[in-house]
Amino acid sequence: MILRAPFVSAIVGSIAVFSLASTAVAAPLKVDAGKSTVSAVFKQLNVPVEAKFKKFVAQIDFDSTKPDAAKASVDIDIASFDLGDAEYNKEVLKKDWFNAAQFPKATFVSSAIKASAGALAGTKYDVTGKLTIKGKSVDVRFPLTVKKEGNGQTFDGAVPIKRLSFNIGEGEWKDTGMVADEVTIKFHVVTAP
Amino acid sequence: MERYTKPAILLHWLIALLIIAAFSLGLTMVNIPGLTPTKLKYFSWHKWLGVTVLALACLRLLWRLTHAAPAYPAQMPRWQQSAAHALHALLYILIFAIPISGYFYSLAAGVPVVYLGLYPLPVFIDSSPELKPVLKLVHYWLNMTLLAAFFLHVLAALKHQFIDRDGVLKRILP
Repeated sequence: MILRAPFVSAIVGSIAVFSLASTAVAAPLKVDAGKSTVSAVFKQLNVPVEAKFKKFVAQIDFDSTKPDAAKASVDIDIASFDLGDAEYNKEVLKKDWFNAAQFPKATFVSSAIKASAGALAGTKYDVTGKLTIKGKSVDVRFPLTVKKEGNGQTFDGAVPIKRLSFNIGEGEWKDTGMVADEVTIKFHVVTAP
Repeated sequence: MERYTKPAILLHWLIALLIIAAFSLGLTMVNIPGLTPTKLKYFSWHKWLGVTVLALACLRLLWRLTHAAPAYPAQMPRWQQSAAHALHALLYILIFAIPISGYFYSLAAGVPVVYLGLYPLPVFIDSSPELKPVLKLVHYWLNMTLLAAFFLHVLAALKHQFIDRDGVLKRILP
């Protein structure tokens, strides 16, 4: 991914704002946007296709010694969804799909991050939160895997959603025979120390 | 006059019909503007047809390698026999090269092929924005070559039937 200056300054800016506003004990981590990815995997006539959101801002406030104080949020720029084809990229921003003109951002905000029972301490968490796409908010719950990598950390997870609960794919696309209702949002966030 | 063996005749016509279907579907689907369920469905069907052609082409090549084609009529000029062999060789190459180029084009586009929507086929290469336009062109021009070769093939068959009246066409008729 090529980082554009406004994008970088947006991250730096939002992290700065976040730090000022944050009252949590843990400090927000510095996200390495170049190494982090958010993508959606959907099935079309049973063919799995993965498409990336090329622009997003992830904020993670996480200290493994105090996971209960952890917070995470992600802002995704819908127009950056890349299916690998310029024409399709334009199509999915239209009303029937994302309606990006009216809903340019998708957001996720965590409500609770709890260490998973039975897992090695500091490795697996149960995350609950609110996912908002196309103006619809849905409570989601997914497992989060945290790993130390070098001096930083990686945060991986897959969030299963149903596209129709967000009205993604209206009209003739409501039929799930062509594009399945089940979609997985995958993320891989890398943070620097 | 000696005819082709029954399996050879069956494979010839079956592959011909499937290719005509896949070719027409290919032209139709790429001309559907935007993104519609029909378009996606046609893309899948087109790929299933292509994979079927490739599988039958393998069978056909094996059959051809183990069963000699009937000889040409003795009065057929040597250059025409060579031209016929060359054209047949080209057609054989194309019935392999076209589905394979399409398959890799699909992989480069990040869309693996799931045969009949049931059987995921191997993913040999990662999606590649660099390779995708190249394979698209390759797939397209191989098809245009096939179209030209197909017309020559049909014209030659008709010439044998109606001008030379040498019974060459009858060797392959069902």
